[in-house]
This record gives sequence, structure tokens and C-alpha cells, in this order.
Amino acid sequence: MATNTTVVPAGLAKPKAAAGPWREAFGRLVRNKLAVVGLVLVLLLLFCGIFGPIIAPWPYQQQDLQAIFANGNRPLPPFSPNHILGTDALGRDLLSRLLDGARISVTVAFVVQFVIIFIGVPVGAFSGWFGGRTDNFMMRLTDVFYAFPDLLFIILLSVAFRETAFGQALDGLLLVFVAIGLVGWVTVARLTRGQMLALKETEFVEAAKAIGVSDRKIVTHHLLPNGMGPIIVAVTLGVPVAILAEATLAYIGIGVQPPRASWGSLIADGQKYIRSEPHLVLFPAIFIALALIGFTFLGDGLRDALDPKLKGKQ
Amino acid sequence: MVSAEEGVSAADAPTIVELSSDDVLRARSEAVAQAGLGRKADHLLEVRNLSTHFFTPDGVVQAVDDVSFDVGYGETLGLVGESGCGKSVSALSIARLVPDPPGRIVSGSILFDGIDLLKLSPEDMRKLRGKEIGFIFQDPLTSLNPTLTIGYQIGEAIREHMGLSTKAARDRIVELLAKVGIPRPADRLNDYPFQFSGGMRQRVMIAIALSCDPKLILADEPTTALDVTIQAQILELIQRLSSEFGTAVLLITHDLGIAAGMCDRVNVMYAGRIVETGSVDTLFERPRMPYAWGLLDSLPRIDDVRGEKLRTIEGLPPLLISPPKACRFGPRCPYIRDVCREGEPELTARGSDGHMARCFATESDGWIA
Repeated sequence: MATNTTVVPAGLAKPKAAAGPWREAFGRLVRNKLAVVGLVLVLLLLFCGIFGPIIAPWPYQQQDLQAIFANGNRPLPPFSPNHILGTDALGRDLLSRLLDGARISVTVAFVVQFVIIFIGVPVGAFSGWFGGRTDNFMMRLTDVFYAFPDLLFIILLSVAFRETAFGQALDGLLLVFVAIGLVGWVTVARLTRGQMLALKETEFVEAAKAIGVSDRKIVTHHLLPNGMGPIIVAVTLGVPVAILAEATLAYIGIGVQPPRASWGSLIADGQKYIRSEPHLVLFPAIFIALALIGFTFLGDGLRDALDPKLKGKQ
Repeated sequence: MVSAEEGVSAADAPTIVELSSDDVLRARSEAVAQAGLGRKADHLLEVRNLSTHFFTPDGVVQAVDDVSFDVGYGETLGLVGESGCGKSVSALSIARLVPDPPGRIVSGSILFDGIDLLKLSPEDMRKLRGKEIGFIFQDPLTSLNPTLTIGYQIGEAIREHMGLSTKAARDRIVELLAKVGIPRPADRLNDYPFQFSGGMRQRVMIAIALSCDPKLILADEPTTALDVTIQAQILELIQRLSSEFGTAVLLITHDLGIAAGMCDRVNVMYAGRIVETGSVDTLFERPRMPYAWGLLDSLPRIDDVRGEKLRTIEGLPPLLISPPKACRFGPRCPYIRDVCREGEPELTARGSDGHMARCFATESDGWIA
């Protein structure tokens, strides 16, 4: 339609495209060096997670038996021909396995945060908007979840549902992710509720009521977008926690099953050789550390970008 | 000014362009006048014995206590008084926006164009808000949502109540922005509130209040947050648009100068009650209640002696938790007599033109002539 084009009267220059608060926040984000480092690391992880199997030099489960045989049945050290990061004791390429692990970590990052947002935001929004008795009930419910020992709950869930179709999905990983999400939504729910409570007293909400906007629209169009900043930050900072939780679980043998490799299970496998072949532990640990640093820097940067008032308090 | 809409549609359908601004307005004013002919009641708004109380841990605050007044079709009624006297709560009660808890309208009736607002379901009331009753808030800086564009926020009521197509709604938004004096309205639809100055934002608020052609606008201290030069512009705008659209205005202010300049009639409120009411001319000419004198007298005057202290009304308004059964202004009144301490005066007529006051001293047998 031609109606959107704007003919500007001579002499009046059209102002630059409107910069919304979100775009402005993005501008602040990219001016923050640490946040950019974090963003690059996160994008790198995403790239590895999505294209890992394509860029990997070997399939993650393929054994290069000749190579280890030639090495006296020992894992190949880093910088060996064909295996830039070496192999594990079974002759599987470590870089390829790490890339497959990246895929698992990325899946963790998304599935867990999805579960957390899907439960936490509605619970918090509902609770905060209605207040009173509803709020009280919902918050006591979240307290119960909060009080539950996380690890025990996750282990219990994964044992209970192991044999079901749900437990088998995604090589048994979906169950673990959902379990991690189920113990993690409480923080986001509380945060959302707090945002709602603060924002529903603002005048623009009253103004919206005064022109007859429905409750549902006030929540979705006025409250949530304004309260989104801290929620985005919490979710971003929740990613490393989830990645770490998955690695921890994999380390004690819950979740990913061989021959698939999570970074946690790679460390568990490698620790047998920690004296002679430290790279088997070192590289997965470095990958985990980089992923955590990336999300943490990005989360911190987002916090500064989305809430400029906090800035300068460091 | 040549906007894109006019430029482009000129090629398609020139006749539409011809109609775009003044003619549409005239047509609307006529429509409003027509609507006025089909009045469903004597007054657009009839508030009767309205009491709104706040139930706090310290007791029941009787913020609005047995208040009655009318707003005629197209009339501008002022509600003046100092802070905490119940002006804003009265307006919020009419829109049924009193925060509950702790507040509640405990009794009375509010007839709006023949409909008792207090008997409407919350959903019906929501449909009325914004459509029939517009609201202009005190602080335009906080009354606009910082994360939504101006165009979206003006369109909100239009989409909610008028069911216009996207394009028609957009045209209406541009028209409204132009009407409230925002330059280059079509370009500013996608701007955010922070890109507007305080005065411009209040213009946007007025555009929102007018967006569905309401019959009544509740303006709660619309200029308090603005500086004086902008105040004048905003008031002029409200006055011009309300007469253009035939909209009645309930103007809440503590500024008697504004009330004098804007209103047809004025209600003076004190401690949750109306203490004096009358047309602007009579009330300002001959106030019949010491509180109203005090208010008028406390205005700085151009012929005041330099260096002299500004005049004030001594004391504070009473707490509205269990107010005394006496004249509420009594403790601050220089003319108080025993009768004022023994019972509360009624709102009684002073003269014939609807001038009423709540004061023993100025009644026909009173001690003030």
C-alpha cells in the first residue's frame, strides 16, 4: 500500500527511524565489551550446537582403531594427525565428541529455559496480577518447589519416567531437561510476580484501565513488556546454571547415554586417564567454562543494557 | 500541511481529501449536537449521595462523603479544593477506578446519560470507559507506557471500542494527533513516549481521551505536572476541543485561576464534602463560605506589597477517619461560633442561580452578611 510512504514537506527532513527502547538497549549492549565477548561465545556455541555434526571431522561415535593401536592402545594426544584434539581410549575423535556435546548443551540451554519461561512467567503474572488470596496460594506452591532438593527431585523424576516414551525422547535427554526446568522455574515466577506487583501500580496501567483495555491485554501488552528486562536477564543467567546442572548429572551418569557424549560425561570418562592424558578432562572443562563465561557475560551485559539505572553501581 | 495520506489519496479519490479535516469536524460537532437533542436525562452526569471510603488498618477513611453534583451536556464543571479533599477520588469513583482494596464506593448513585454506572457489570463498565468517558491524568510522563509507540497507545481505545479496520484506525490516530497539535503526526506514530516533551505527551494523553468521541472527560489536574506556559496551551486545547466535540469536562484542579478561566460552574470541596457550588461568576464574585474566601484570598495578587508573606489558611484539614459531627472547616474558620461546633451545616441555596454553600454564618439569619 502506498499509504505508508510519507511525503515530507520541503524543508522538513524525516527524522531517523524511531529507536524503540529495545533497540536502544541493544545499542548499549554492543557498546559493552564484555557483553560482546559473551555474545560471541554464545553465538559460537550456538553455531557448534547447530552445525556440529557437519563441521566435525569424524562422526562422534566412530572409533579410529588403527590410530590407537599404533599408539599402543592409548588415547591419542592432542595435535595428532587427523585428530586435532586427540582421541579417547576407544579411539573416538575428541573434537567431534565435544561438538556433539555442544549440541546437547545448546539443547539444554533452550529446552530448560523454555520450560522455565513456560511455567514461571504465567505463574508469576497470574499471581502478581490477581494478588490477594490467589497470590498467596500460588506463592506457597512455589515455596514448596523451592524447598525441594533439586538433585534428588531430578534423579527421582528420571528414574520414575525412564521407561516411558517421554523418558526415551531425545536419547533420554528430554526428561532430564524438563526435570531441570521443573526445579528452576521458581526464581522466574517470583521475579515475574515482583515485576507485576510493581508495575500494576503504575499510572500507565491505570491510564490503560481508564480507556477500557481488558485485563488480559493490560497484562500482555503493558505489564509483561515492561517487566521483560529482568526476566530476560534471569533467563540468560539461568542458562549456565542449566548447562552446569546437565553436566553434573551426566558426570554422575544420569541423562545422556553412551555412545552420545555430553561434556559432563566426557569429563567422567576422561578422569580415569587424568594423569597420563589430562587433555581428555581439560578440553571438555574448557568448553564448559567458555560456555558458562559466555552466558554469564551476556547476562550481565543484558542487565546493564536493559536497566541503565543499575549501571555505575558496580 | 501536506501529509502523505492526503497526497496519496488525492490521486485515488479527491473527494475524500476535501472532507478530511474541517468538514468532518463540523459534521461531528453536528452529530454531537444531535446526540445532545436525544438526551436521556436532564444532565449528562448526575452524582447523588456518593460516598467512597477507604478501609485501612487505621480505620475507615471517608474520602468522599455524601457528595452530589451534576454535569450538564457539554458543560465544564470545576472541582476545586486542596490536596486530599476528595476531588480525585470523586473522579475515580465516576470511572469506577477506585483501587479496591482498600477503596470502595459504599453508597450513592452515578447516573451517566441515564445509566447507573454503579449497577453496571465490570465488563460493561470497561466497555464504557474510554468510549463514553475519557480520562486525562495528572502526569503525562508516567501515564504513557514507555515500551509502546504513541500510535499504538492512541489506537488502543479505538481498537477496543470502535472496531475500525487497521487503516481506518491509523487515519483516525493521525487525525487525532493533528487535532491536538502534534506537528507531522503521520511521522510520529511510531515514536515512543520518551521522544516527546512533557507538553507533547499531555497532548497525546488528550488525543487518547478524545479518541472515541466520549461524552465526558474527567481531567484530573491535567496541567499540574507541566510548566506554566505549557499549561496555558494545554488548557486552551482542552477548552477548544471540548467545545468542538461537544464534550462535557469534569476539571479537577487546585488552581482557582484555571477553574475561573475554564469552567462554567465550580464545586468547592473540603474534607470529602462539597462546601460550595455555583457558577464561576457568582462564586468568584461573592463566595459564601469562609473556606472559599480563604482559597481566593490565598492567591497571590499582582498588587500585593513586595516582601509581604503569602496569605494561607491556618491549620490542616481534619482526618477523614471518623470526622466530627460539626462544620469540618470550623477549626480553621475565623468566624466560628458555637452552632458550628454542635452540628454540620447543610448545603443550602444562596440566591437563585444555583449558588449553594455549606455554612451557618452566611445563611439568611447568619452572622456574616
